[in-house]
Amino acid sequence: MIEFEGVTKRYPDGTVAVEDLSLKVDTGQITVFVGPSGCGKTTALRMINRMIEPTSGRILIDGDDVTSRPEAQLRREIGYVIQGAGLFPHRTVLDNVATVPILQGISRREARTNALDLLERVGLAANLGERYPAQLSGGQQQRVGVARALAADPPVLLMDEPFSAVDPVVRDDLQQELLRLQGELGKTIVLVTHDIDEAIRLGDKVAVFDQRARLAQFAPPADLLAAPADDFVASLVGRDRGFRGLGFADGSSVALKPIDHGVDGLTLEVDHDGRPLGWRGTDGLLPTEGTFSDGANLRTVTDLVILSPAGAAIRVDAEGRADGLVLLEDLAGSVRSQQRERLAALATSEDAG
Amino acid sequence: MSEIWRYLETNADDVLTALVQHIWLALIPVAIAFVLALPLGALVHRYVPARHIALTAGSVIYTVPSLALLLLLPGLLGTSVLDPINVVIALTLYSLALLVRTTADGLDAVDTTVLQAATAMGYRPVRRWFTVQLPLAMPVVLTGLRVATVANVSMVSIAALIGIGGLGQLFTRGFQLGFYLPPIIIGLVLSVTLAVIADVLIVAIQRGLTPWARAGAR
Repeated sequence: MIEFEGVTKRYPDGTVAVEDLSLKVDTGQITVFVGPSGCGKTTALRMINRMIEPTSGRILIDGDDVTSRPEAQLRREIGYVIQGAGLFPHRTVLDNVATVPILQGISRREARTNALDLLERVGLAANLGERYPAQLSGGQQQRVGVARALAADPPVLLMDEPFSAVDPVVRDDLQQELLRLQGELGKTIVLVTHDIDEAIRLGDKVAVFDQRARLAQFAPPADLLAAPADDFVASLVGRDRGFRGLGFADGSSVALKPIDHGVDGLTLEVDHDGRPLGWRGTDGLLPTEGTFSDGANLRTVTDLVILSPAGAAIRVDAEGRADGLVLLEDLAGSVRSQQRERLAALATSEDAG
Repeated sequence: MSEIWRYLETNADDVLTALVQHIWLALIPVAIAFVLALPLGALVHRYVPARHIALTAGSVIYTVPSLALLLLLPGLLGTSVLDPINVVIALTLYSLALLVRTTADGLDAVDTTVLQAATAMGYRPVRRWFTVQLPLAMPVVLTGLRVATVANVSMVSIAALIGIGGLGQLFTRGFQLGFYLPPIIIGLVLSVTLAVIADVLIVAIQRGLTPWARAGAR
């Protein structure tokens, strides 16, 4: 766990980069610092590995003050991924990845062997190992940056706008890759971004900083969408937050109707195995526009309800056989009660806090 | 042509001595300047006041004509006019003026993100300087070294005007013999060849030391 205790960073010219920040970053989770430029999110991140020293307050990692150890030693045990990868242009990919283990005194040969495994882990071909960074694409460089940060197997990983320098398609890949890696590794990750969608996608918890360098809200993404703490957070979260919030709700909570339940003169037609074929009505057979199965979120289910000619999403089992329908009215009821429950729970926790 | 060969046969020893002297007089100042330019360039890179001082001093040194400097130095240093040390010092100053600037430029050109990454990886300052910052500045630093070396090879000829050895002696002798061409041509060919060889050598060193610098330009 990483704890910020009343941390303030004030520069000699009077600028306050971070104001009285107190928060706890949970072990094994991704915590995202998000906010506009100049909000202090990067400063907060860099105080964890002492790239920047706080003016007052302290930061603890698993109970130990970060200032209790020499800077260089502390940093070697904290992975760091910098914006634009920041690879050493004069070293090959393998030597880049091997950097921290070599600093820790591991032999170059051993460090390079381990580096090769890491390349594979971040989805890079082994033959890229002998190339120089300039010979890689932006996305590949960023993957190497992640591999380099993971090389010494640090429990904590700091990521400073790691995906902002690549195009949207590559960014999407890298985000997916990070979630996959995190599923395997379970690191304590602090990630800084100015992109709220990235924050919502990647974060187990999201810390929103406002322009005045203060923590505006610190909550799981679903709560951020459901109940922004103030106008600033609401405007940052942006449009359609209700609909986007459905992405965090369980689709299986909605009541199902049997598949032979007629809707508005349309009935579901299935083949002899029970797989949906389409909606039969007076105009003939209309397309189903897709199905969902167990584990789908409410956003997917809602989308299917909207697209369906019958206003009903079709649930299928593992074999693809239709086993239930979600009707618009049942969906509406479920969304309404879930939002009420969430708001009630947030109100209780605020009263308790 | 035959006259040149005849001159070479009869004066082989003199020409060889002049050549060797020329090499020493050209290269020693560059070597000294290079060693001094690394810490000075680092200072200039790091501290703004040092930059102003260094750039002004460099410009002033360059505006002093080389012949004037060679004649002034004995008076300033108390050395004998015929002492080769005057040439070495004068050329070291010129080389230094150039190399401090290119070293600082080379260090300036290093991507700060890379340096921040190095710090974040856990490099201590000294190791970071020698294994990250300096290697990354090398392409620009070595380009400066090339210019300084070639410039020195040509400037050493002036030393002959104040009676110090080097290939310049062959020019002065040609003039003394009533514009007798063979020594002048030999001196010219040798000093150009020397400059080219030095240049090629440094380029080879540059390629060997910084293979990565060409990696992106495929």
